[in-house]
Amino acid sequence: MIHRAKSSHAGSALSMVELLVVLYNRILRIDPSRPDWPGRDRFLLSKGHACAGLYAVLSARGFFPAAWLNDFYKDSTPIAGHVTHGSIPGVEVSTGALGHGLAIGCGMALAGKRDGSTYRVFVLLSDGECDEGSTWEAALFAPHHRLNNLIAIVDYNKIQSLGTVKDVLDLEPFRKKWEAFGWATQEIDGHDLGQIERALEDTARESSRPTCIIAHTVKGKGIDFMENKLLWHYRSPDDQELRLALSQLESVE
Amino acid sequence: MRAAFFRALVRVAEERPDVHLIVGDIGFGAVEPYIIKFPDRFLNVGVAEQNLTGIAAGMALSGKTVFTYSIGNFPTLRCLEQIRNDVCYHRANVKIVAVGGGFAYGALGMTHHATEDLAILRALPEMTVIAPADPIEAECATEAVAAHSGPCYLRLGRAGEAVVHRSPIDFEIGKAIQVREGTDVTFISTGGLLGTALEVADALAEMGSEARVLSMHTVKPLDADAVLAAARDTRAIVTLEEHSVIGGLGSAVAEVLAEASDTHVSFKRLGVATGFSRIVGSQNWLRHHNGLSVEAVLQSVVPLLATSEAR
Repeated sequence: MIHRAKSSHAGSALSMVELLVVLYNRILRIDPSRPDWPGRDRFLLSKGHACAGLYAVLSARGFFPAAWLNDFYKDSTPIAGHVTHGSIPGVEVSTGALGHGLAIGCGMALAGKRDGSTYRVFVLLSDGECDEGSTWEAALFAPHHRLNNLIAIVDYNKIQSLGTVKDVLDLEPFRKKWEAFGWATQEIDGHDLGQIERALEDTARESSRPTCIIAHTVKGKGIDFMENKLLWHYRSPDDQELRLALSQLESVE
Repeated sequence: MRAAFFRALVRVAEERPDVHLIVGDIGFGAVEPYIIKFPDRFLNVGVAEQNLTGIAAGMALSGKTVFTYSIGNFPTLRCLEQIRNDVCYHRANVKIVAVGGGFAYGALGMTHHATEDLAILRALPEMTVIAPADPIEAECATEAVAAHSGPCYLRLGRAGEAVVHRSPIDFEIGKAIQVREGTDVTFISTGGLLGTALEVADALAEMGSEARVLSMHTVKPLDADAVLAAARDTRAIVTLEEHSVIGGLGSAVAEVLAEASDTHVSFKRLGVATGFSRIVGSQNWLRHHNGLSVEAVLQSVVPLLATSEAR
């Protein structure tokens, strides 16, 4: 899909694949035939540039036909290069400008509480967008209002647009920051399906705090020439690279 | 206007359980009646306008009608991208309310002068932009935006403005209110300058000219029919706004006139033409300083009328 579209952000999509697979298959209370069902869990991909991964998972989960993925980046289609709400079933909100998702998630979680609804809100953030002040405005808000129905997951792949997180704007001590803000915080290997599922299941036991799951991940995970390479925030695979990438992914299965 | 807004909001919230109010740590001495009645539908997010707007969008996308409230530029410019992406794109039912439009907080300095907000908010797709003229319009506008589906910006003055409308008004979003009839010149004002327009009209009447006065409370969508009628019926149009002459009411009216093929009306935008006020003063003083007092407006209009007469 990224190859066909000659688009960017392959590495950003690959680092969160396992997180999305576990969420959509084991955790989220959703019904693909009723994407607007009021009782559904909400999933917000705040790192909207990684939309290729979300679209693929939504399609695999039956929200829309796989053929739609062929329209990615195409003229006159709604399958935009950042997560776009409106014409794509299962997409809750449009994102792409970083630092918006967690506040919207706070609003949805608060509305759910005020309504006595039992749905939960999951927001997947990038590490880069933890540079945004707005992310921390929301991080301050959620524990104060005891939004235990809100779960933030940070895809901590350690590479942002122009370099490593450590070099650009270090987030460490990252866990301590979330804990100090009042979040129940866990650190996991974001590619270990078992760890992801256990961590997400644990969130249901929080009675008064929101949860932050810091998922340590690898940008471009699963394709050796993409892994941990800043280049794959931007580059689109050519024909040969695509063949190689697919063969590596198939050999995993 | 502030008291009128809260009066109307309490009334609306009584009828509509979906109405919520979120403030950015602003509203001392004004918001209390609402809080007492609807503690469960009130929220103070603290001094965090981006969060304020994002949360409002999230709540609106969960079925609420959410009013956000703060001072001057804080609920608009500080969180402009949240308004554009989170509110407007999703057509979220968020009503942004700013108290202190224009120079209402004139002495507080440049940070508290809201003089580009109409232009900037007007440019956003899906956004309705309203600047009521007096407490009566503010009450009507509050009810109207609550009933309207989609994003709205309600730009209030401050506390304690005089009532300008002497008779009951028919308030409809996007429909100008004609307050005075005349055939020589039309004043189109938005926000709190309606009283000034009427005073200028009285002064002109003594000089033998009759002015039509329109309260253009809705800057977007603009009542183009009222503008075109004024262009047909009167010889000159003057817009009045406590706002930059760039992008606000004057620009909106100019756009309509420029695209109309059959009008030859004289036209003048009055507003803030000098950019930032680097000196402060009361609202009235700053109006005068920016050519928006009754005397200053008269001085601008008399030559315009003379020119249009000469044609």
